[in-house]
Amino acid sequence: MSALLEVEDLVVTFGGRSAAVRGASFRVEKGETHCLVGESGCGKSVTALSIMNLLARGGQRSAKRMSFAGTDLLSLSDREMARLRGNRISMIFQEPMTSLNPAFTVGSQMAEVLTRHKGGTRAAALERSVELMGRVGITAPEMRLGQFPHQLSGGLRQRVMIAMALMCDPQLLVADEPTTALDVTVQAQILRLLATLKRELGLAILLITHDLGIVARVADRVSVMYAGEVVERAPTAELFRSPQHPYTRGLLSCVPVPGRVQRDRPLGSIPGVVPAIGPGFAGCAFRSRCSQADATCEHEIPRRQAGGTHDYLCRLAPQVSEPQPA
Amino acid sequence: MTSAIEVRNLRCEFRVNGGWFAAEKRVIAVDDVTFRVPAGSVLGIVGESGCGKSTLARLILGLLKPTAGTVLVDGKRLFDLDRKARARLIQPVFQDPFASLNPRHRIKDIVALPLTAQGTFSRAEIERRVAQILERVGLSAAMGERMPAQLSGGQRQRAAIARALVLEPRIVICDEPTSALDVSVQAQILNLLADLRRDLGLTYLFISHNLAVVEHVASEVAVMYLGRIVERNETDALFRAPGHPYTQALLQSVLTPEPGRGVPDIGLGDAMPDPSNIPPGCRFNPRCRIAVERCRTVAPSPMARPPQGMVECHLA
Amino acid sequence: MSEPIAIQGPLQAPLTSRVGMTGFAIGIAIVGIIAVAALIGNQFVPHDPFTQDLGNRLKPPFWMEGTQAGHLLGTDQLGRDYLARLVYGARISLLIGIMTVITSGVIGITLGVLGGFFGGRVDDAVLFAITTRLSIPVVLVALAVVGLMGSGLGLVVATLGLLLWDRFAVVARATTMQIRNLDYVNAARCAGASTMHLLVKEIVPNIASHLAVVATLEMALAILLEAALSFLGLGVPPPLPSWGLMIAEGKDYMFFSAWVIMIPGVALFVLVLGINLVGDGLRNLLGSERLR
Repeated sequence: MSALLEVEDLVVTFGGRSAAVRGASFRVEKGETHCLVGESGCGKSVTALSIMNLLARGGQRSAKRMSFAGTDLLSLSDREMARLRGNRISMIFQEPMTSLNPAFTVGSQMAEVLTRHKGGTRAAALERSVELMGRVGITAPEMRLGQFPHQLSGGLRQRVMIAMALMCDPQLLVADEPTTALDVTVQAQILRLLATLKRELGLAILLITHDLGIVARVADRVSVMYAGEVVERAPTAELFRSPQHPYTRGLLSCVPVPGRVQRDRPLGSIPGVVPAIGPGFAGCAFRSRCSQADATCEHEIPRRQAGGTHDYLCRLAPQVSEPQPA
Repeated sequence: MTSAIEVRNLRCEFRVNGGWFAAEKRVIAVDDVTFRVPAGSVLGIVGESGCGKSTLARLILGLLKPTAGTVLVDGKRLFDLDRKARARLIQPVFQDPFASLNPRHRIKDIVALPLTAQGTFSRAEIERRVAQILERVGLSAAMGERMPAQLSGGQRQRAAIARALVLEPRIVICDEPTSALDVSVQAQILNLLADLRRDLGLTYLFISHNLAVVEHVASEVAVMYLGRIVERNETDALFRAPGHPYTQALLQSVLTPEPGRGVPDIGLGDAMPDPSNIPPGCRFNPRCRIAVERCRTVAPSPMARPPQGMVECHLA
Repeated sequence: MSEPIAIQGPLQAPLTSRVGMTGFAIGIAIVGIIAVAALIGNQFVPHDPFTQDLGNRLKPPFWMEGTQAGHLLGTDQLGRDYLARLVYGARISLLIGIMTVITSGVIGITLGVLGGFFGGRVDDAVLFAITTRLSIPVVLVALAVVGLMGSGLGLVVATLGLLLWDRFAVVARATTMQIRNLDYVNAARCAGASTMHLLVKEIVPNIASHLAVVATLEMALAILLEAALSFLGLGVPPPLPSWGLMIAEGKDYMFFSAWVIMIPGVALFVLVLGINLVGDGLRNLLGSERLR
């Protein structure tokens, strides 16, 4: 069975200078939650934007393959892509305030999504808006229709964005850090909502996040990105049980886990910073921060298998799982 | 022993214009807050955005004037101290290292500012101390010559810490010092702050929305909700047996990296707290799932909670 | 530690268009050439701008018939070398532009920064001053003052300087308000820095780029106003060769010797255009830089 979204060897450059994404490959299956996880500057958001063909001016994308439900996304014209966006693929962003138009009511913005893609009357579209707002857990939806975005709290705005994204029954929802701007209690509510929608609607979700806690709790599969590359891909449980790439291991050791804190011991950390990756850079981008790096890391790195659906980009042989230090 | 920080009945109100036709609103950001931080310890303050934790930090730093109440720093009233004496006692580390360093100054001039502002140090002494503190926070001397834009987020936060410590203050107010940083860098900064505290005998007031981080660094934790401290206790006790339903909800909402556990249902609802419209009775009652009639009318008073803490809840 | 992060994010894509940058370069070139001409141009012009030669009156410039060798741009109605006068006039125009901007900048920036930083009563006073200033018609007052007190370089600069500070004040006030509560200002406060330090070292350097844009606009305006005053005979006194004065002196001859007003007119147009291009370019450059 072919995947819902397949991305192979995606390269994104800005103004012909350094590459933001350098050969990222991953697949999102129907009805699964796939997490792209990585730190700032690793290219995860650029990857999402390039799938939507929403790169900022100067951004160039190329890939061996980028297909959605059998359609080649690279060959679509701007107009065809616009028809797909918000219709079969929807996207929600970190800060819902910047993606809602402050000059229009919530209702008219939601209804417009439906009438633009599917036609029909405005009344029918508003009816559908109310239904979906109820579905995403917005109380008194009829009242919300007439409100402006700034009258809603951050959590409510993100719910409106999600309801809007669902207007046309998309098959894939791309969510770029949807809860980063929200408080922890609201974050839990939004993530629960996403999990429910996935279960009930069979929605596939490409979730972009930096938070390993979120990854662990909601993802089915994970792709770890570092410096524009996918350095490790695995089912969630397996990634947390036996991470293979030294970066993944380092990242996991950095997260303080409540209830397992040893206050007198330092947290694990990754020394140094992400290196500058210029044109002609070869080998492993993590080697300058890796304790196990040697001269062979300066050459092409093979993608190794650590199980049927688990692979990683490192010269080191797979290691059997060991319990992670807290 | 005198407390490093003592706050008594602190209150801070803002008046906000409602717009052309709306009435002026009164926002109560900090409402009758009292606590002490013993010298050498770390008080963590947690709460959601808008709970007043950053306002509290600004009050203790003297950046805001309280509407009522007193702040004692090292046993002295904060507003009796002149700016130089205050700077020698208490220093801040702010959240966003991209906003807390002046983009037009070199790192070493930024770090030297607390010394130059005193006006009593010779140029050689300033150079020596700046070099020393930069090394202590893990920045090379070459970094001192750079502009803030040439540093990464973690390096900037190290510079901000260097500036806070160059005068050798007793107390450091850390206002979300790691929430703008990546996890791997966050760990480096937390470890650095912990080392510095141990070596220099510092007292921290550590403000964060991240409970896992607070648990890692704090010896005592206070939970703020709508301007009040609703629960305070030793860290282990608070995390093991949270008394306030809000503390419980906060703890539940922390997503630990444990696969397969799903996202917990914390049942707080959408009624976001609004500091310009504080509900009567217990201020948490509209979001509380165990609230009873009394919670809607009578404000709870602080009750002792073992071993050293307090909680403001009728039902705890 | 190794190099800082250099991987480009989606928001760092080049925002300034190539067209805008070309304009900026042209503007810099124009202003640069005129400035160099004003400073050292007289070294290369063989004539004195004040020496009259009544035998060689109104000789046309080199591209016209009947031109006089040695007078590249011809001569004026008193036989003075037009190139020498143009170069000397550039000095006057730039001098007045720069001095006016300095005077008005000092007044406007001081008022704006104080109002923006302290707020409250101070800000009320500054706003009142700005409002008062905006209700004064610049040209009329300049005409009245110069007309009553007689003409002169210093007087023109003082009058224009006292009248053109409002935009500096408005911009300085607004930008100061934006950054006065930023954490680096708070951190400097906590470091025990004096109010003077906060204003001069923390605030002003960070609003300077915005003020530079205002300075270019005001400079162009001051140069035009000086030309207008001189044209009306109320600016720089003869025989000083201001461009405005050159146009005024030439206007009687313009039907037969059009170049006598075209040459200073074009020079004025090109200089003001150049300054405005620099201002536009600065604004484009700063537009991509966030105000922190």
